[in-house]
Amino acid sequence: MSLVRQVFGKPWIWAFLATLATFVVTILFTGGASTVGLAQAALTFGAFSVIVGLGQMFVVTLGPGNVDLSIPATMTLAGTLALKVMETQDGLIWLGLVVTLLTGLVIGIANYGLIKLLRIPPIIATLSASFIVQSAAIWTNRGIRIKPPELLAQFSTASTLGIPNVAWLALVISVAAWVALERGIYGRFVSAIGQNMRAARLAGVPVDGVRFATYVLCALLAAITGFLLSCFSGGAALNMGAEYLLTSIAVVVIGGTAVAGGFANVPGIWGASLFLFLVVSMLNTYGASAGVRMLLTGVIIIGVIVAASRRPAR
Amino acid sequence: MKLLTAERIRLLVPSMSLAVLLVAVFWLQPRTMSYTGLNLLFNLAVPIALATVAQMLIMMVNDLDLSMGTFVSFVACVTATWVQTDPLIGFAILAACIGVYALIGALIYLRNLPSIVVTLGMSFVWGGLAVLLLPAPGGVAPDWIRAIMTVKPPFAPMAIVASIGIALVAHWLVMRSSLGVVLRGVGGNERTVERAGWSVLRARATAYALAGFFAVLAGMCLVGLTTSADANIALRYTLLSIAGVILGGGEFVGGRVSPIGAVIGALTLTLAASLLSFLKISPDWQIGAQGAILIIVLAVRLLLNRSEARGTGQ
Repeated sequence: MSLVRQVFGKPWIWAFLATLATFVVTILFTGGASTVGLAQAALTFGAFSVIVGLGQMFVVTLGPGNVDLSIPATMTLAGTLALKVMETQDGLIWLGLVVTLLTGLVIGIANYGLIKLLRIPPIIATLSASFIVQSAAIWTNRGIRIKPPELLAQFSTASTLGIPNVAWLALVISVAAWVALERGIYGRFVSAIGQNMRAARLAGVPVDGVRFATYVLCALLAAITGFLLSCFSGGAALNMGAEYLLTSIAVVVIGGTAVAGGFANVPGIWGASLFLFLVVSMLNTYGASAGVRMLLTGVIIIGVIVAASRRPAR
Repeated sequence: MKLLTAERIRLLVPSMSLAVLLVAVFWLQPRTMSYTGLNLLFNLAVPIALATVAQMLIMMVNDLDLSMGTFVSFVACVTATWVQTDPLIGFAILAACIGVYALIGALIYLRNLPSIVVTLGMSFVWGGLAVLLLPAPGGVAPDWIRAIMTVKPPFAPMAIVASIGIALVAHWLVMRSSLGVVLRGVGGNERTVERAGWSVLRARATAYALAGFFAVLAGMCLVGLTTSADANIALRYTLLSIAGVILGGGEFVGGRVSPIGAVIGALTLTLAASLLSFLKISPDWQIGAQGAILIIVLAVRLLLNRSEARGTGQ
């Protein structure tokens, strides 16, 4: 009994239950015809949300008002630049990776620089930075679709042991994030800052350094996702990051991470990412039009967030 | 009677930026220095100013509305379809929308949800509804709205007269009426307002309803100018309205806002777009330039605040 209670006491359990329910409802409609295909698609697209979601999770955990709104622009710029420098050649993949990481690094530094130097809330800082990044992406992209190198295109669409490669990658990053959060000093620092920044500072936590590292980490993960996504979909598109603004925040909240900061949760990110993808594919399977799909996605996200929220003591 | 009140200093930066931009535009394109020229320059500023005032009302209670753009688009679609064919049903829909805004405000307070997540979810809801209503661009603006928007008052063009009107109404509502004092109080210190016997729930719902009302006006004005609607017509209003409030001297927390400043901020942003095209800057960099302007204004304000603090410290 205590095991059951322990499992149901976890904040991430609801995301997984919702995922399971959505999966079953979708399979019921197709009569079990595409069970494997649906699971693989969910793991692939879920993986992208997981990677950006993990970055956003650490940022949100820093405390109220901390959120990175520059994720979509970062993804687009990183994907565009990387594909451009690789010139579809397998031999230049290393350069693409370097450019991706540099893009993330520069944007992360710019984001935190604005927050710190101008003393503005992260929402506004990352928003203004994202305007400039977005313009840079439009300027470099110029509507030309450059194909990814053959090797990368194969890697990002293939599976190993029946599980998509991108999902393996997301799993590795998640495990690293879990270790950093639950076992490492970094996670302790982030949670401490989120619970009470003043107390953390007095306790000797290097607040500025940790916040800086967190914004850089988030931008890096967004850049990597942009890189993977553009390889997976055969080229970078200007709007490819757009949906990840809502997704990255929604997976954090639905996954059981405290919105007010201080408590992060890695498994929940997986549950929420798979859930969000399955909701959309369920609506697709039932033949919903684009408008209905958007409408219901919004309603379901708000519904889940309301249901998952615990009314705090005022 | 002090000449330089805090309220007036707050207006100094936005007024100066508007003046500088106006001089630059006149210098680059002297023909804009006329009745028709000014009308053309500021025509599209009227709906943006209304949306900015709406966003300001939400920021006044320490929230942020990321669904503003999709909501204004949805209102535009309703105005170009239902309001035109069946005014009664059309206005009923718009009234219901304002009710939804009040409900969202109440929900965010009751469950202590982050406003950005809920409004991001709502942006999907409004977007989906707009696509359902007008899958392709179309609809016709009602004649009477068209007539109001194209009226030619003596001395000053409609766009200027309307902007001044909006600024005065919003100023009275927020700065002079007793309701405005309570609403700003909620942004400043929620608990104090509660202990003084006011219902915070009702105040927040009112702020959201008022924001919904101004956003509805924005959508209707926009259709009056464009004569037809489209589900994506006002997506950039989300960012424009937030930028406008900040340019106008509004703070992000603490209920410190400036309605007149917000309208000036909206005019400045509209003018900035014209200036960029007069300077023959590639449209790729339009969004980026708005981000840069935002950052510059925030930097200037920080410098001013610092020198002010030094002045009082001596």
